[in-house]
Amino acid sequence: MTLLQVRDLTVTFPTPRGPLDAVRSLDLDLEPGGALGIVGESGSGKSMTSLAIMGLQPRAAQRTGSVRLHDQELVGLSEAELRRVRGDRIAMVFQDPLSSLNPYYTVGLQIEEAYRAHRPGTTRRVARRVAVEALERVHIRDAARRVDHYPHQFSGGMRQRVMIAMALSTEPELLIADEPTTALDVTVQAQILDLLQEIRRETGTGLVLITHDLAVVSEVTDHIVVMKDGVCVERGPVEQIFTDPRHAYTQALLDAVPRIDDEIGELRAVTPGAAGDVGQRNEQNGGAA
Amino acid sequence: MPRFLITRVASGLGVLLLVCLFTYLIFFALSPDPAVQICGKNCTPEVIDQIRGNLGLDQPFWTQFFHFVVGIFAGRTYGEGAGAVECAAPCLGYSFQSSQAVWDMIIQRLPVSATIAVGAAVLWLLAGLAGGLLSAVKEGTFLDRFTTGLTLTSMSIPNYVLALVLQYVLVVKLQWLPFPQAVAFADDPGQWFANFVMPWIVLAVGYAAAYTRLTRANVLDVLRENYVRTAYAKGLAQPLVWRRHALRPALTPIVTIFGMDFAGLLGGALITETVFGINGVGKMAADSIARNDQPVIMGVTLLAGFLVVVGNIVVDVVYTAIDPRVRVNA
Repeated sequence: MTLLQVRDLTVTFPTPRGPLDAVRSLDLDLEPGGALGIVGESGSGKSMTSLAIMGLQPRAAQRTGSVRLHDQELVGLSEAELRRVRGDRIAMVFQDPLSSLNPYYTVGLQIEEAYRAHRPGTTRRVARRVAVEALERVHIRDAARRVDHYPHQFSGGMRQRVMIAMALSTEPELLIADEPTTALDVTVQAQILDLLQEIRRETGTGLVLITHDLAVVSEVTDHIVVMKDGVCVERGPVEQIFTDPRHAYTQALLDAVPRIDDEIGELRAVTPGAAGDVGQRNEQNGGAA
Repeated sequence: MPRFLITRVASGLGVLLLVCLFTYLIFFALSPDPAVQICGKNCTPEVIDQIRGNLGLDQPFWTQFFHFVVGIFAGRTYGEGAGAVECAAPCLGYSFQSSQAVWDMIIQRLPVSATIAVGAAVLWLLAGLAGGLLSAVKEGTFLDRFTTGLTLTSMSIPNYVLALVLQYVLVVKLQWLPFPQAVAFADDPGQWFANFVMPWIVLAVGYAAAYTRLTRANVLDVLRENYVRTAYAKGLAQPLVWRRHALRPALTPIVTIFGMDFAGLLGGALITETVFGINGVGKMAADSIARNDQPVIMGVTLLAGFLVVVGNIVVDVVYTAIDPRVRVNA
C-alpha cells in the first residue's frame, strides 16, 4: 500500500497577469518507509509542493488535485481535519532552523506543544519527558538540561536536530524535510543526513526530501523527482537519474555539481533564463492558465 | 544586582550629568542677567552686586556648575552670614519669579501631571493594542481600512485643536463635563474622572493612533515569520498560534516605545496642560519660558531627562524578562 500518493497536484496563484501555476499536475508516490527526493532549483515549486501536501500553501493560492495519505484524501479537508494530520501524521522540517524556531520559547516548550497538540490531556510532565527523549533520539547530549535552553543557545546543526526532534516527537508516518541541510556547513550537513537515514531505518517513517543539492538526495533517497518551473520533468530511481538522465535539464543539474577535479572556469547558469521572473516563465510554458 | 544593570545605571548618570551641563550652559549663555531680573524696578548697582554674590554669579562657569550639581545631591547655601539661605538637597535653586524652591514647585505639581500621563497611557495602550490587533486580524477588510483611515485622521489633528473642540462640544454645548480642574481622587472619584477625562483623551489620541499602526505592522510582520509557519505545521490551532507565537514577539518592541513615551510624559504634558489650564509640571514649564524663569526651566528639563533615563533602564530590565535573547549570561 502506498504511504503518500499525490495525483495531479496543482497550486495556482492569482496574479495581475492571470493565474500562475507554482506547481502543475504533479504526481508523487512514496511507499511506507521509503525516501523520495524532490530536486530542482529555486522557484521550481518544490517547497510549494511540500507546503501544499500539508495544506499550508499561502491563503491566496488554490490547491487542486489529490493528496492521499494511506487511504485518506487530504485535499478538501476542513482546517480542523487538516490540523489533525499536520504535525501528527505528517511532520515537517524546514530550511532555516534559527528562524523556524520561536526565539521566545525554550526548545522544550516548542517540542512539548507539538506533542500535546495531538495528545489532548497530556500532562506537562509527560510531555516534557517526551521532549527530552526526542532530543536524546537526535543525539543531543545532556538533553535533560538542554531542553530548557532557547534556540539561540544552540548551534546551527543542533538547532536542526531540535527541529527534527520536534517533528519526530509525534511519531509521524511521513516526514517532509525542506532543504534541511542548506543552511548548514558541510560536515554538519553530513551528520544531519546520517541522522535522517538512521531515523528512517529505526522508525520506518517515510521521508520526502526536498533539495537543490543532488549530492544530498543521492545519499539519502531511493527515488528522485526532478522539478522545473512547477512541473516534473523527470522521475526514477536514483541510479538511473544519475547514470542515464533523460531530460536535458537533469543533465544540466548534474553538470552543475562542482567537482574537485574540474578545471576552474566561469560559473554557468543551469539553463539560460531559468531564473527569470515568473511571468516570463509561464509564457514559456504556454500560458499555464 | 546583575552587572548590566550597574552599567546601565552608571551610563544613565553620565547622561544626566551631560543633560545638566548643557542645560546649565544654555542657562549661562542665554540668560539676561538674573540679578537684574530679581532686583526689580527700584534697583541700585550695589543691590545687584549683592544678589550676584548671593547666587554665586560672580564665580567662573565651572565653579557655578559644580555648585549646582553638588546642590542637587547635597544641598547648598546661598549667601553668607545672617542673610544666608539654606537650600536642602535636592536643591534646584529658586524661581526668579516667586522665589519658591524649584524642587518644591515641581513636587507640588507632579501628581497632577502623573495623573494625566497615567490615565492617557492606559487609554492609548488599550485603544492602540485593540485597534492594531483588530486591524491585523481583519487585514484588508473594510474594518482594517476604516481603522487605518481613523488613525491617519487622528494623527493629523493637532491636540490643541482637539482640546478646544472637545471643550466646546462637551463642556460648553452639551454641558456633560466641567472645565477641567485638578481634583484629587481622594476628594471625589467621580469628579476626578470627569475633570481628567478630557485631558486624557486629548493626550491619548495621537499616541493611540501611532500605537495602532505599530501594533498592526508588528503583528503582520511576525505572522510572516518562519516560526509561525512551523507552529501551523505542528498542527496548532490558529488562536494558539496567534496567542503564543505571534503576540509576544509582536508586542515586545512596543514595550520599549511605551516606556519612553510614558516616561517623557510623566514630567508634564506641556500642550495639554496649557490648553486646559491645568496646573501641572508642563504648564509650569510653559509659563516659566514665557517669563524667562531659568531655574524652573532647568529644573523641569532635568526632571524630564531623569524620567527618560529611568524609563530606559526600566525598559531594559523588563526586556530581559520578556526576550530570552537579551538575557546576558543567562
